[in-house]
Amino acid sequence: MNIFMPLIVKDLSCRYAGQHDDVLSNVSFVANSGEIIGVLGPNGAGKSTLIKGVLDLIPHEGEVKFFGGALKDHKTKIAYIPQRSSIDWQFPVSALDVCLMGMYPRIGLLKRITKANREEAMSYLEQVKLADYARKQIGSLSGGQQQRVFMARALAQDADLLFLDEPMAGIDQTTQDLLFTLFKDLKAKGKTILIVHHHLQSAKEHFDRILLINKILISDGPPNETLSQENLAAVYGGITA
Amino acid sequence: MLSETFFIVDFPALLIVILASILCALMGSFLVLRKEAVMVDALSHSVLPGIVMGVYLSGSFSILYVMGGATLSCLIAVLGVYALQRYARIEQGAAIGTVFTTMFALGVVFLETYIGGRVHLDTQHVLYGALELTYWANPFEWDSMPMQIKTLSVMLVITLAFMIVFFKELRVSTFDPLYAELQGQYVTALHLIQILLTALIAVSCFEATGSILVISLFVCPAASARMLCDRMETQMWLSAIIGIFCAITGYFCAGFLPLALGFEHSINAAAMIAVICGIFLVLSMLFSPAYGVITQKKKLFN
Repeated sequence: MNIFMPLIVKDLSCRYAGQHDDVLSNVSFVANSGEIIGVLGPNGAGKSTLIKGVLDLIPHEGEVKFFGGALKDHKTKIAYIPQRSSIDWQFPVSALDVCLMGMYPRIGLLKRITKANREEAMSYLEQVKLADYARKQIGSLSGGQQQRVFMARALAQDADLLFLDEPMAGIDQTTQDLLFTLFKDLKAKGKTILIVHHHLQSAKEHFDRILLINKILISDGPPNETLSQENLAAVYGGITA
Repeated sequence: MLSETFFIVDFPALLIVILASILCALMGSFLVLRKEAVMVDALSHSVLPGIVMGVYLSGSFSILYVMGGATLSCLIAVLGVYALQRYARIEQGAAIGTVFTTMFALGVVFLETYIGGRVHLDTQHVLYGALELTYWANPFEWDSMPMQIKTLSVMLVITLAFMIVFFKELRVSTFDPLYAELQGQYVTALHLIQILLTALIAVSCFEATGSILVISLFVCPAASARMLCDRMETQMWLSAIIGIFCAITGYFCAGFLPLALGFEHSINAAAMIAVICGIFLVLSMLFSPAYGVITQKKKLFN
């Protein structure tokens, strides 16, 4: 447990090189431990940009603090599951290989992977109900199973702060239920989870707090407050899902 | 066959192509997985200005100067490609196209300006290498061992050490660079070392076997192995074995096939090995148990 706030974001603005307008301007929020936060907004609102900006993967302005310090001092405590499209699914790695990657910093530089490491990794695959698929090449798994492999990697990392970019996009109901249950388990352990999401109904059910964004932070609060008709109309232009 | 001439002429040449094929196949695996295989093609053209400057500065075809110059221009080319991608926001293919044509043209300009007709730089030597010219006067004796064998052996030891020691880190940073970066797995440092090693391997192999064979050894064994396995460990050793197999088969085909068919002369070994590499890739594309075009068709109809 860390006495510091897991994440403090202050006046974050992101702009892609060569463009005049900010994709995201002056977003400020904090994330407490044991909180599941959904990031919602229409297409192009800057949801993924927000995560990438926070994680210093794209140029940005503003201040971001992780556990009271800089990103580089807390890297291993932070897990990031990117959008599915950013992965090369043909790559010759098995589900177990990917899960083990979460343990690399713990295993340490110059050290080889031991049998004990593999057994530990298997226990994370079991948590996401993939133990039977451990030796399968990742491309041969279904979309939902692939998402679970990456969740297992985040579990293996034992991260305190998790960022997930559209984890529910195009995956089966079983996996969605399993992931939401896992999130609740992690929350109970005091972990913080930030999820880019697009489905309003499930967001209301499963998230403690919602950041509604559309280039700027529109609203930040519990789901029934942030997802008010008024806010949704302003963000989605009256078209609600 | 195992006469004295075999040990003096064929044995060192074989040793050179085998060493080169292992080196290229191992490094090629990473390039193929990173989808950067075309980089080697670019390097093969970019070495020219460095070679010319090496010849000019040393006043002769001094191996140290030439290799140094070639390595330097490789590095300039690679860094140029990354700089164009990053700062001019040109996609990789175009960046590589721009850099290697410019470098090659620069090499031609240097060649005309500095060397004129004074030193003979043989284009054939660059393309096919000088495998046929290697000989080991007293086989297994250190002093007369061809320079290329020494260079390539040292490169192999360094490359293997690098890959074995950093295998985990290389796997994660090749598979998911963003994640590796976030985890603090020294992605940039590892990538820079990889680039440096690729340039060094390419240059030392260009010198020994010519550029055509090097390009083919970097891409074909690695790409064939991709069709045949699903684990990165397997990918690595399998591509090395395929490389060795192509090198040996190609070498003997070049030496003995034309004679067996009734022709008077043997043919160029480097070119023959490159052809075998290509054939191997096509065969594995068609008949790979898991991903082969024909194998999959068969499964569909059974």
